[in-house]
Amino acid sequence: MKQFIIFVKKEFYHILRDPKTLIIIIGLPIIQILTFGFALTNEVKNSKIAILNPTIDETTTKIVDRLEASRFFEIEKSINSPNDLDAAFKSGKIRMAVVFQNNFQSNLLHNKKADIQLITDASDPNIATMVSNYATAIINDAQTELNPNYQMPYQINIATRLFYNPQQIGAYSFVPGIMAMVLLLISTMMTSLAIVREKELGSMELLLASPMKPLVLILSKVVPYLIISLFNWLMIVILSVWLMEVPINGSFLLLFLVSLVFIVASLALGLFISSITDSQQVAMMISLMGMLLPTLILSGFMFPIENMPLPLQVVSNIVPSKWYYSIVKDIMIKGLGINAIWKETLVLVGMTLFFIAVSLKKFKIRIS
Amino acid sequence: MVMSDFKAIEVKNISKNYDKGKIVALDNISFDVKKGELFGLVGPDGAGKTTLLRIIATLLLQDSGEAKLDNFDCVADFKAIRQRIGYMPGRFSLYQDLTIEENLNFFATIFNTTIEENYHLIKDIYVQIEPFKHRRAGKLSGGMKQKLALCCALIHKPSVLILDEPTTGVDPVSRKEFWDMLGRLQHDGITIIVSTPYMDEANLCDRIAFIHHGKLLTINTPQNIIDSFGNVLWSISGDNLFSLMTKLRAWQNTKSCFSFGENLHFVSINAQITPQDIMHYLKDDSVQVSKIVPSIEDCFMSFMQN
Repeated sequence: MKQFIIFVKKEFYHILRDPKTLIIIIGLPIIQILTFGFALTNEVKNSKIAILNPTIDETTTKIVDRLEASRFFEIEKSINSPNDLDAAFKSGKIRMAVVFQNNFQSNLLHNKKADIQLITDASDPNIATMVSNYATAIINDAQTELNPNYQMPYQINIATRLFYNPQQIGAYSFVPGIMAMVLLLISTMMTSLAIVREKELGSMELLLASPMKPLVLILSKVVPYLIISLFNWLMIVILSVWLMEVPINGSFLLLFLVSLVFIVASLALGLFISSITDSQQVAMMISLMGMLLPTLILSGFMFPIENMPLPLQVVSNIVPSKWYYSIVKDIMIKGLGINAIWKETLVLVGMTLFFIAVSLKKFKIRIS
Repeated sequence: MVMSDFKAIEVKNISKNYDKGKIVALDNISFDVKKGELFGLVGPDGAGKTTLLRIIATLLLQDSGEAKLDNFDCVADFKAIRQRIGYMPGRFSLYQDLTIEENLNFFATIFNTTIEENYHLIKDIYVQIEPFKHRRAGKLSGGMKQKLALCCALIHKPSVLILDEPTTGVDPVSRKEFWDMLGRLQHDGITIIVSTPYMDEANLCDRIAFIHHGKLLTINTPQNIIDSFGNVLWSISGDNLFSLMTKLRAWQNTKSCFSFGENLHFVSINAQITPQDIMHYLKDDSVQVSKIVPSIEDCFMSFMQN
């Protein structure tokens, strides 16, 4: 026990006396959550549009005003001739052009019918669809307002409700994903580097020639980084709740406990990496480059896993952050309890035990 | 000297290869170290000293043969051995960002002891570095680093001290101090096996083993090794040593000729050769020839030649 305590203390000396590294391991998660949280969004806001309106009248002005008033659109310019449309799209500034028919209002009043054409830049098909959907909805609203008394003979009403995230705020899905990614990367890198550094500096040789047991050595490497990771986790949660306005609808205690499990799993993964490599550079490559892409792509927060080819879906199961991402979403956004997440938690516990067992087994009791 | 016939280290027919047999590090090495002995492994860089010490310290597995320390097998009983050895690797391996005191305290605790418990063992050494005990190990001079490393290896009162080139890169004064300390530790009953590339340090050991290219050349006391030199050794000095050496090496009377600093050490196959003969052959006014007592290094060179 005394061995364990002094080892943990020694590890903290290493961390605290290397301010550069300390700033990186504390600052990096914060910077990542901020940049990813604000930059990563699939909401369409302030899309620039162009208006082609040959006859300006009351109705068209009303529609244009409504488009401009919404937070989705910003009118970049008015175009006078259809010939200028092409140039406007080619300049790359606008995502959509709204084209009104000649004599829009008089057509509407006399022929009971007038046309609007929505032209979108479909070089990004998802955004093009979204932008035209938003515009259609706004124009439809304007139409109902123009004829408040008009009654169709019969009508099917579609009432859509968006559960858990009615405002469709992107941060609700990205924040849990980034939490999973940042915690996994930082925790894995810290432990793997801490052990490999002892090998590189030669102090491992002294530790091996001492009565210290491998299990004590491994555990005392994990504990300091567990504390730092928990601190990082707390910072991320605070930033998410106060800055990104992501709610914690479920139990905070439960969220804390499963996060603890996930962090231990990540630290154990770091141990595993350190047991298969002897140089800090390789350990860094594996834990950063090797982990970044799988967590980014296969966690499910950027691309839905259900849409991936089967082999990738299978591979995604061994990515710990996939399970944690699903847990965090369930607790924070959906407000679910232990009943909904026990399976995922069990998977993480299993991974932890596996990585620790393998690291212990692969731990070299001699210099190879 | 508290030497007895009890064997602290027994090495039998140890061989070790690296790179799947391409590099032979140790070739069938056998020797014993008596309890309480100060035993030196002497040889140039790459001779196999580190490999041998690591095998004894249970850090490497030999390919064949067996090694025992205090009657424990270095492979099977590695845990017992790790309780009773103090090991100091050739490279400074303490934590550079920890202070002297923290390093010492750390290693004391790792070996389940405290600084106070065995302070008497390290006192002579520790008082020299104690004024700097709050200085980080990475900021110490080479000599102080080695003293600290020795303290850390000693703090748990090991029965055998294994030191791998402890004085490499250390200034002559610190080297002398270091060897004085080893002498005192020996009086406390600690067996010491130490490797060194410095031949002058070999004289300070009870017995030494010459090791070269993984082979043991000889094992004996320094005095016996010098006595067994068996030839007359001449020291030759002159203005142009290099041309003198080339000339001597071409002579039919020459057995060996090596450069030793300012002089040449010369051995003739002709035991009756006189300084006049040598000067006559060299035909150089600046040459001076004198008869000298061989040093350990002379003996090593002569063993290497055979």
